[in-house]
Amino acid sequence: MKRYLIPFAIFVVLVIFLAIGLKLDPSYIPSPFIGKPAPEFDLPDLHNPNQRLKTSDLKGQVWVLNVWASWCTACRAEHPVIQRLVSLNIAPVYGLNYKDKPEDAKKWLQELGDPYKANLVDRTGDVGIDWGVYGVPETFVIDKKGLIRYKYIGPLSNGVVDAEIVPLLRKLNAEAD
Amino acid sequence: MRIKKGFIPIVLTLLVVSVSSQAVIDVYQFDDPEKEALYKKLTGELRCTVCQNQPISDSNADLAKDLRRKTYEMITAGKDEEFVLNFMTQRFGDFILFRPPFQSNTLVLWIGPFIILIVAVFFLIKFIRRSTDDIPLTDTDRAQAEQLLERDK
Repeated sequence: MKRYLIPFAIFVVLVIFLAIGLKLDPSYIPSPFIGKPAPEFDLPDLHNPNQRLKTSDLKGQVWVLNVWASWCTACRAEHPVIQRLVSLNIAPVYGLNYKDKPEDAKKWLQELGDPYKANLVDRTGDVGIDWGVYGVPETFVIDKKGLIRYKYIGPLSNGVVDAEIVPLLRKLNAEAD
Repeated sequence: MRIKKGFIPIVLTLLVVSVSSQAVIDVYQFDDPEKEALYKKLTGELRCTVCQNQPISDSNADLAKDLRRKTYEMITAGKDEEFVLNFMTQRFGDFILFRPPFQSNTLVLWIGPFIILIVAVFFLIKFIRRSTDDIPLTDTDRAQAEQLLERDK
């Protein structure tokens, strides 16, 4: 009996490791940005290209940055969720139009509705790289001090918005400047 | 031997096909072979975060193209290896490195295999010792052994 104990123990340990491994999502990459200052951008507005917006302009308020593109099918599925989030009126949502043609982006918004406070054009994807974007859609929450507090990769669902984003926005809104 | 009529056109077509299939990955010009070597090294070491088992040098994903362009721009601007790696890890985390850095949360990863090796060797020695030492020689065994040695003489 005793001689089977060690192989059995090794087997149990192996099963535990494999079970943990099965539950991990390999496409989930922890963001190095959580708790760090939001990277600086200075980008033109989609509708008024002469008007530019900087990250520092948004300091002092809690805001959401949603990275999207008209060529991204998951963004289309996510769009009603963003519209609902905006309608809750807790924090402004800015759109980062990532590697998209402005004409296509405008057509997309005309068709589906434009819930965004403003849409910023990142034609080359350089700002996307600065923000560590590797797959659209992605969503960031930035606090009053300009620190990134949350990042979601992939299309948001109403469930995630209600369980994670709305409570976080409420909490951050209550924080001092 | 006569070459068949259709042979040369076929060979030429194959050559054209192989050239065009290689031209998918963008080509960058370097004024300095050292910079080119650094570019090749870095793009081979940075992971494409979209297609995770490919380095950015092999991948045709949009993000990999952008990261190659960024790497190229930084290298031609005279930045060194450390600068580029810092730039990438600040944005995408340690995950972008195929070779994880030696730090507290990767300690098990780096040292673990050696610990397993040491433990395995320890048990192996113990096992070998036990299987040779523990069997006492009986008188008949000894007699048999002597008989065999005797026969060899």
